[in-house]
Amino acid sequence: MPEKIVIRIKRQESRQTKPHWEEYHVPYRPYLNIITCLQDIRKNPKTFDGRTSMPVVWESSCLEEVCGICTMVINGRSRQACSTLVDHLKQPITIEPMTKFPLVRDLIVDRASMFQNLKRVKAWIQLKDTQDRGPGPKILPKDQQINYALSRCFTCGSCLEVCPQVNEKNNFVGAAIISQARLFNRHPIGKENKLERLKALTAEGGIEDCGNAQNCLAICPKEIPLVDSIAETNKEITFNLLKLLK
Amino acid sequence: MNSNSKRKVIVVGGGLAGLFATIKLGERGIPVDLISVVACKRSHSACAQGGINASVNTKGEGDSPRIHFEETVHGGDYLANQTMVMGMCEKAPSYIYLLDRMGVAFNRTPEGDLAFRRFGGTKFHRTAFAGSTTGQQMLYALDEQVRRLEADGLVTRYEGWEFLSAVIDDSKVARGIVAIDLRNLEIRAFRGDAVIMATGGPGLIYGRSTNSMICTGSAAGSLFQQGVWYANGEFIQVHPTAIPGEDKHRLISEAVRGEGGRLWTYKEGKRWYFLEEWYPKYGNLVPRDIASRAVFKVCHEMKLGIEGKDEVYLDITHVDRKVLEEKLEGILEIYEKFVGEDPSKVPMRVFPAVHYSMGGIYIDARQMTNIPGLLAAGECEYQYHGANRLGANSLLSCLYGGEIAAVRSEEYLASLSEHSTPVSSRSLEQQRKLEEDRMEAILRAHGKENPYVLWEEMGRVMTDNVTVIRYNDRLKKTDEKLLELKERMKHVNVSDSTRWANQAFIFTRQLRNMIELARIITLGALRRNESRGSHYKPDFPNRDDANWLKTTIAKWTPSGPDLSYEAVDTSLVQPKERKY
Repeated sequence: MPEKIVIRIKRQESRQTKPHWEEYHVPYRPYLNIITCLQDIRKNPKTFDGRTSMPVVWESSCLEEVCGICTMVINGRSRQACSTLVDHLKQPITIEPMTKFPLVRDLIVDRASMFQNLKRVKAWIQLKDTQDRGPGPKILPKDQQINYALSRCFTCGSCLEVCPQVNEKNNFVGAAIISQARLFNRHPIGKENKLERLKALTAEGGIEDCGNAQNCLAICPKEIPLVDSIAETNKEITFNLLKLLK
Repeated sequence: MNSNSKRKVIVVGGGLAGLFATIKLGERGIPVDLISVVACKRSHSACAQGGINASVNTKGEGDSPRIHFEETVHGGDYLANQTMVMGMCEKAPSYIYLLDRMGVAFNRTPEGDLAFRRFGGTKFHRTAFAGSTTGQQMLYALDEQVRRLEADGLVTRYEGWEFLSAVIDDSKVARGIVAIDLRNLEIRAFRGDAVIMATGGPGLIYGRSTNSMICTGSAAGSLFQQGVWYANGEFIQVHPTAIPGEDKHRLISEAVRGEGGRLWTYKEGKRWYFLEEWYPKYGNLVPRDIASRAVFKVCHEMKLGIEGKDEVYLDITHVDRKVLEEKLEGILEIYEKFVGEDPSKVPMRVFPAVHYSMGGIYIDARQMTNIPGLLAAGECEYQYHGANRLGANSLLSCLYGGEIAAVRSEEYLASLSEHSTPVSSRSLEQQRKLEEDRMEAILRAHGKENPYVLWEEMGRVMTDNVTVIRYNDRLKKTDEKLLELKERMKHVNVSDSTRWANQAFIFTRQLRNMIELARIITLGALRRNESRGSHYKPDFPNRDDANWLKTTIAKWTPSGPDLSYEAVDTSLVQPKERKY
């Protein structure tokens, strides 16, 4: 095993400045993940040749791959820095911010658009209120298993990062949002708002923009059946076409 | 026009407690400004794995909210105020049903009803769960409902904003908050007729814990310095089973033992299931404080850790594969991802880690702090778990505390006289300016201390001396160290003077507040000469109800925390000896 890990980080102070690369060295230990490397660097923010550099900024929270916040592009692949182990990576390791979202600084990007799009597809169950009204509808285990799989999406944005249809020229909402629409359309009460969700997905930037590259399925860290979600939603749209045209 | 028509509530914190309070307020037509350091969906509630307790007795075991209450109070070694706990346990079943209506993907029985599993400190199947990411699933459901209210114009979210301090007027009433935009460092005062704090726990005081990196406790530490009381700080839960890590310790849920997982180590060449031998009735499902002490005893006193290290085995290799996949998938995934071994084939290696703070901001039965108009809910307050929290009660206390805080703040708004003057813009501006000056001072500082190095030193001394086993001489030394760190903070260098996403500056601010809380924890532990729940002193090994059946209250003074004590509400059940 190498004694030191070589890490190259793409630095950019803000959208107004130009990016540049800086190289850092971190002593090797087993089970090291990318977050620990970044933590090491900030305790002594010096590049490999001893120059003092501004501390690298990045976002992290749960560090156990349930919050999605520390997603970045590591060795060319969009993934969570917490669950990316150095032992599994080729060196030098390159770390860059995601490219499909507006850059904030260094490794931080702004993914607020994903949360906005959840509003667009009404990704919720329309409750009358939260008073005591007894249990919800029965749901069989086989349906629960599918719902649970869909519901584990943590809005990391990797599916947008790898989607060729997400680019400057169009507003494609991406697989995560379509899959969330499917989740609520599957629910016995949620499906009351199915047409509204489908309608939102037939508008500009909706499901028609999907080019069926299927990169989303390959990248999803939670192995969510995103391609199924898109196919299922397409089927629903076709089935309800007359109602949607009204 | 009713007097509440222009009144507004500020909720600080976008985890379960904050979101539920927001929903309950929005539903009553009260506008809410919701402040959260991260997008709400990324809050620490997402990390709760195992489930949420509610005595619905679907298995006909004879469980009831009363038994849930008794076990919670017993599990907490009688330090929790009982009326509040009873209210929570009675409300629990209706919350499970509500979450079910919101579409939380709870596990099901073959008939399609809610499934329940066993957790620590009980013999009943009382814990509803959604795979092994129950907190995440609940958080998402509440976030979705808040999004619905947002679309209706009742909630304004400020995600990526951090609380700095409360605005407390000359008559000592809360009138709003000051917060900072973590991107452009804009410091802004928000007017609020009531403020609900739901800012979570302070695990990061210990450096590495099972907590998320946002769980600094900074908000509570800041309020403490503004005169808000802090209670039972010394009660810190150390969870028996976590994967030790360099960046954090990753929790392996109690659900693993609930589904049949066993703790063991080698003794004289044979597998030794120490919990089952020492606690035949509850076995691997004794409460967390007891299990953590047992692991410490095995590793430190008996030197029987695996290969002499601080580790024991948590074994599920004998559990049916289908059960593992359906009920524990997320947990096993974590282990495999971070350790690289398949826990269905090889026993996991675990060790206790700091997990939860039973103590927190002092509140009364209305969730109100000692400052009128300032309320608190969730892990940041102290009310529900006494000296030790039972597993799967934290999600429940977030919901209950959140609801009570919302209902009580509505009452509070109504009680404000129609003629009560609106908060002067002078009070708001004064506090805002104070925070801005503090920021400028930090950004200008060019000392030699790196804030992250100071943090590491604090984490080490707190973990060594203020966790499972506590000695007075070491607690004294810990406080000396904290004072030294406080002094060194004056010579900090953030190495970054920019005004854009400057994390080193934000962290430096947090660290100051963390040191204040660390002192409350340490001095509270030093003073309490008994053993109760998570607080264990070998020199005082027994619970001492005559002297210490009391809530610790810490108040800020310029010379350090002033500790006083208050009687505990034991109106419903008399304290019994705690045996498992």
